[in-house]
Amino acid sequence: MKYETQKIALAYFSVALGLFLIQIIGGLLVGWVYVSPNFLSELVPFSTLRMLHTNSLIVWLLLGFFGAAYFLIPEEAEREIHSTRLAYLQLIILVIGTLGVVVTYLFNLFEGHWLLGKEGREFIEQPVWVKIGIVVAALIFLYNVTMTVLAGRKTAISNILLLGLWGLALLFLFAFYNPDNLALDKQYWWYIVHLWVEGVWELIMASILAFLMLKLTGVDREVVEKWLYVIVAAALFSGILGTGHHYFWIGTPGYWQWIGSIFSSLEVIPFFAMMAFAFVMVWKGRRDHPNKAALLWSLGCTTLAFFGAGVWGFLHTLHGVNYYTHGTQITAAHGHLAFYGAYVCLNIAIFTYALPILRGRDPYNQVLNMAAFWLMSGGMVFMTFTLTFAGTIQTHLQRVMGEYYMDVQDQIAIFYWMRFGAGVVVLLGVLLLLYSLAFPRREIISADASVAAE
Amino acid sequence: MNDASVFDELPGDLMIWVLIVSELLVFGAGLAAFLAVRITDPAGFATAQDALHRSGAGLNTVVLITPGALAAWALRLHEGARRGAARLALVAAALLGVVFLAVKSAEYAGKAADGIAWDTHPFFTFYYLLTGFHAAHVLAGVIVLLLVAWQDEARNIEAGAAFWHMVDLVWVLLFPVIYLLR
Repeated sequence: MKYETQKIALAYFSVALGLFLIQIIGGLLVGWVYVSPNFLSELVPFSTLRMLHTNSLIVWLLLGFFGAAYFLIPEEAEREIHSTRLAYLQLIILVIGTLGVVVTYLFNLFEGHWLLGKEGREFIEQPVWVKIGIVVAALIFLYNVTMTVLAGRKTAISNILLLGLWGLALLFLFAFYNPDNLALDKQYWWYIVHLWVEGVWELIMASILAFLMLKLTGVDREVVEKWLYVIVAAALFSGILGTGHHYFWIGTPGYWQWIGSIFSSLEVIPFFAMMAFAFVMVWKGRRDHPNKAALLWSLGCTTLAFFGAGVWGFLHTLHGVNYYTHGTQITAAHGHLAFYGAYVCLNIAIFTYALPILRGRDPYNQVLNMAAFWLMSGGMVFMTFTLTFAGTIQTHLQRVMGEYYMDVQDQIAIFYWMRFGAGVVVLLGVLLLLYSLAFPRREIISADASVAAE
Repeated sequence: MNDASVFDELPGDLMIWVLIVSELLVFGAGLAAFLAVRITDPAGFATAQDALHRSGAGLNTVVLITPGALAAWALRLHEGARRGAARLALVAAALLGVVFLAVKSAEYAGKAADGIAWDTHPFFTFYYLLTGFHAAHVLAGVIVLLLVAWQDEARNIEAGAAFWHMVDLVWVLLFPVIYLLR
């Protein structure tokens, strides 16, 4: 560790990993409701369980991004983070907000209250006071990292990371605008949901990936930056108007069907470029970095993101196809592998790279960590296949043959059982990963861990 | 890294070529979709096409490709150390771009007066999407030409001319397919 303030990342990563475990347990509970529909229905309704599963995912990914920024910006800017105190204050605000959401939803407190009660818009369900807290935390974060970068060395990696993080925070402001008209509501809602995961998050992903490639493969910064610019250009070119693929059936004008179909088809390009980038860098790289697990997660990230976000996204993005598949298990299949490949693997890659350095230890428990990769990734890929088959049959029975929703659900129960099995495997992988990250072999090769890890 | 040299030989910047390839993919996909939907209703498409002003669009084709020649000429002038003449050629090219947009606006106004909108017929959905999207690029091209006339390094003029040639190329494909193809 070259800079003392990189330690901030340790706190962020720890909270993120804790929430990750909660997310996976929540996922298993939701998966069990699919095979046993009355499970917990009196205590915690399905909608709340699902909200916990998705929101804890988003929050831990964001905490991972923030932590990654606190870890890599000092190295890129070649100076300490502007304010350590603000960084911890930001984390405290986010943790209190997260607990606030959980408590509000579990006990249904302040129902109907404009500031304290549930909001109930998918993914942005947070009570208004939590939303305000998120904005305050984001502002603190942006102030803190921007001041650091402005005062230090400016690199393509930190510039694009900042661009992504600023975009992320500004787009979240649409969460405060909730028009009565449902079509308008959805139109603006996608400004957050889509322009996050298929816009600014891709910038964050590409810049963190570029940092990892720089460190792990030893390829020249110039080459990495050229790739980074191309990837980011392709992501924004396709992703911004690609929002149109959500405007097929919500009441927006019909020309969105063609804009959405054409531009979102191109969204596969940045994901392909990221995969090509990672593999080409590894082939060209002369450095034999000891942290093989971080490299495995990086390569796995780009590959599974290409398939999950790119291929599985394209599968149902053309409006002629989406007319039939919209809102079926095809969407669930795509959502699971896309989030896992692009953002879960990315976060774990940077955790796996940074934690040995942050804790001043040799890259440890590589084998366990890599076994966790294969368990988790195997589980997620299997889950994706089961949901894809379920979705294909569902599309035919429900949308082509016109059978009733619940009748169809009964007929695809076998896939929900297999999905639950896949979820158990993922949980085992997560437990193994947490163990390998948190309980290292107690062996210190050098007091200055950056020597061994570089 | 000897593979970077292939890209270094491109005139202008690598990024302008990434943009050009992306644009060609989008317009190519749009034209392909147009032709595919046209198969489902050839008669309807032919009738709708008759509402278009073919000679106006033909005139506009000349208005649009002349700036391409001017921009290319500007680069030669610049390399021949005639910096002022080069800038003049770029500004003239931009002005012709504005003329194209004026003719286009008159065309759209005519359609609106005839009560034709994007949802009148699938033909017009594509007509407005493709030519409208193209016109937006002409507007961007005008701004780009003026920018490179102002910051007139050879590399910039190359990038600006390359962008404008892409706008030309797309129009030369759109014009026959949308306005003329029977």
